[in-house]
Amino acid sequence: MSGLAMPKPDDATMRRRDEIVADMRIIVPGEGVVDAANSMRAFESDGLTAYRQLPLVVVLPQTVAQVSRVLKYCNDRNIRVVPRGSGTSLSGGALPLEDAVLLVMSRFNRILEIDFPNRVVVAQPGVTNLGITTAVEQEGFYYAPDPSSQIACSIGGNVAENSGGVHCLKYGLTANNVLGIEMVLMNGEVVRLGGSHLDAEGYDLLGVMTGSEGLLGVVTEVTVRILKKPEMARALLIGFPTSEQGGQCVADIIGAGIIPGGMEMMDRPAIQAAEDFVHAGYPLDVEALLIVELDGPGVEVDHLIGLVEAIAYKNGSTTCRISQSEQERLSFWAGRKAAFPAVGRISPDYYCMDGTIPRKELPRVLAGMRELSEKYGLGVANVFHAGDGNLHPLILYDANVPGELDKAESFGADILRLCVKVGGVLTGEHGVGVEKRDLMPEMFSQADLDQQMRVKCAFDPNHLLNPGKVFPQLRRCAELGRMHISGGKLPFPDIPRF
Amino acid sequence: MTTFTPTTPSEVRSTVASAVAQESPLEILGHGSKRGIGRPQQSEHTLDLSKLSGVTLYEPAELVLSAKAGTPLADIETLLAEHGQQLAFEPMDYGPLLGGEAGKGTLGGVLGANLSGPRRLKAGAARDHILGINVVSGRGEAFKSGGRVVKNVTGYDMSKLMANSWGTLAVFTDVTFKVLPAAETEVTLAIRGLLDDAAAAAMALALDSSAEVSSAAHLPERIAARVAGGALGNEAVTLLRVEGFGPSVAYRITALKTLLGNAGPLEEIDGETSRLIWRDVRDCRPFADNSEKPVWRVSMAPSQGHQMVLSLRMQAAVSAFYDWQGGLVWLRMEQGDPEAALLRGLFRKHGGGHATLVRAAPSHRAALPVFEPQPPALAALSARLKQEFDPKNILNPGRMA
Repeated sequence: MSGLAMPKPDDATMRRRDEIVADMRIIVPGEGVVDAANSMRAFESDGLTAYRQLPLVVVLPQTVAQVSRVLKYCNDRNIRVVPRGSGTSLSGGALPLEDAVLLVMSRFNRILEIDFPNRVVVAQPGVTNLGITTAVEQEGFYYAPDPSSQIACSIGGNVAENSGGVHCLKYGLTANNVLGIEMVLMNGEVVRLGGSHLDAEGYDLLGVMTGSEGLLGVVTEVTVRILKKPEMARALLIGFPTSEQGGQCVADIIGAGIIPGGMEMMDRPAIQAAEDFVHAGYPLDVEALLIVELDGPGVEVDHLIGLVEAIAYKNGSTTCRISQSEQERLSFWAGRKAAFPAVGRISPDYYCMDGTIPRKELPRVLAGMRELSEKYGLGVANVFHAGDGNLHPLILYDANVPGELDKAESFGADILRLCVKVGGVLTGEHGVGVEKRDLMPEMFSQADLDQQMRVKCAFDPNHLLNPGKVFPQLRRCAELGRMHISGGKLPFPDIPRF
Repeated sequence: MTTFTPTTPSEVRSTVASAVAQESPLEILGHGSKRGIGRPQQSEHTLDLSKLSGVTLYEPAELVLSAKAGTPLADIETLLAEHGQQLAFEPMDYGPLLGGEAGKGTLGGVLGANLSGPRRLKAGAARDHILGINVVSGRGEAFKSGGRVVKNVTGYDMSKLMANSWGTLAVFTDVTFKVLPAAETEVTLAIRGLLDDAAAAAMALALDSSAEVSSAAHLPERIAARVAGGALGNEAVTLLRVEGFGPSVAYRITALKTLLGNAGPLEEIDGETSRLIWRDVRDCRPFADNSEKPVWRVSMAPSQGHQMVLSLRMQAAVSAFYDWQGGLVWLRMEQGDPEAALLRGLFRKHGGGHATLVRAAPSHRAALPVFEPQPPALAALSARLKQEFDPKNILNPGRMA
């Protein structure tokens, strides 16, 4: 990653910087254009802080018309654009480019409509994820996807990344909770997909926009579904002597037909770090700690707690605590939620990875990680969204030691290769961005990547929107569109005919 | 006119590649259970996927199932039921409505038509459960998207793009769905004798509670008699389904009864009768009359459905019933004219949405847009996408036009 190649800056754009800044001030008057280097510094990276780059200019539009005019202006003049929400991406999706306008959507910060009868909220993209819940919780509703950055991350950014969170096994990802968007294409056209109704008409462009990492369009409005808050939630804190037993317990819970609201696992280094930090009362003599949260009506929660407890016991749990109060439930979560800062305490830096694996492969992947940990001489702690197989290894390193960042990145890449090898994927919820861009060929063939880039061509044929992200190598749309028909008018192959 | 019946993905690829080379269009077919939906086609050849069949991976504990695109949905549902699981989005069966056999249809067709059912309210549609695909594009090239794990954001989600594409972007060879545990118990609470607006209010009240209602439908007078073999009688009935573990279902049904005590006479229906009711609502059985009377499927904001129907009744003779808390309106046009312009104008006035003419005589389907027409910028974007997947317009040409 530290040696990552980004698209070569366009000389013509760089030369015309003053003119572009002046034109941006005409399109977005007032405080909406930032061009001084010291002021742009705040935007030079996102949540993947190992990477920094000042943009050409920062533009903060306030209206859809301004977004449309900025994009059309840039499209007509071949100027690149990087969209940005709150800048909490963990994969470098909002990393600026030297020759690109950084289009920051944070001033789109209003909730436009709250419709309780239809259980939808219409929000501008800069509204925070938690801001939606805050707006509706007095009526007992909430917005389900809850990425750990929910206090800061924007709903527009959630659409771009298809954000998840600890509750997504039961309640779905962003893609399952967004009903509609308004977006602006690179050519300035404004398009609406879906709305307050279920399923958009025609091709599922909403589905492909969600998780497209800012490469296809700029979201200017989001319609989300809100849910009634469950009556109550209780949690179990279960320790196992081996990760195999913990994994089998998760499989058996699902096998019993139970989809918990949350199901998280931590390995020994993560348990230790978390306990040292927040003193949550975690057992320190176990290899795997499982938090299972059940939500719903009290009678259902109590019923399921009994079932899960029995399953845990059957799988050899050595400790099983059941929350008896809201305070105790929150204390179970305190260690897990503090896992990242806790690891930050025992190591100067850490690098958070995000692969998904078939859950049954967990022991094999953990063993592989231990080997890699020895090979690279770096520690690793694991937190795991156990229900859906989404693994977050935290690699411990010290950026002040020359070469350690590179080693951490190589270690991380090897972990992701291992995830793909056992039938998993490169990223479960953090996105590809620049971080995993060059690993895409581990999972996809050139034909797979070419077809993804053709989707891009339908939205942005000049590759001006967020280039250098997701795809390891950009191919021109004209080249991608060429048909390679071998042999011209071939007869149909010899297969059964009727 | 030739029918090609490939048995392997590579035969699919070579068939499509040859069709591309000859520029001769293909009609893409599974069992043909939804063949009557869309503009009638005049493709030179047929690509029949029914022999591309079989489950390739099923890991109940991982909640993942992969199968070849032509695998019968009925086989999948049987297999899942053996393990206490299901496709939670409850894909509907268009067969009876379109005058065909019940129980047909393939897993590929489930994705291509983005099927769902009454549980759509809570559990989503096929697009919400598709995890990965292997397909052959209209360029004659095989590619994949997604994976075989339930959480994945690696690359564009082209699997979702295939949902509701009706065979016009790519030919599916292998599809992977998320599967979920089937509910242990289901109970339906029926409220008798409500008019459409009172039913809409009752359904909104139920959905606004924490009773986790998984389905909410309203069958007006006379329509009610056409489900579950007449078990509900003729009187209008509003139906609320609650699913889950026994003690929880009992508690939530009690809560709903308290909440709706004043709405009208209440009745609990469980077991096989409840299952039959929801199957028949799902499959639009009230309009499965072996006729060609036009039937519309309209998706709109739940609170608006009955109001749109009220306006429509002023100008046309229609039968209507409601699923998805009123957000899915099934309409049968009793005088034989689809009244497309009237209907599409009306629901735009009622908050927007989309309407699909799922049943109509071929002449009507040839003359009218079966799928909702899109505004120019969106239509142009969709056309560019089609071009990127199928530049020679080989796959189901014109079906979605």
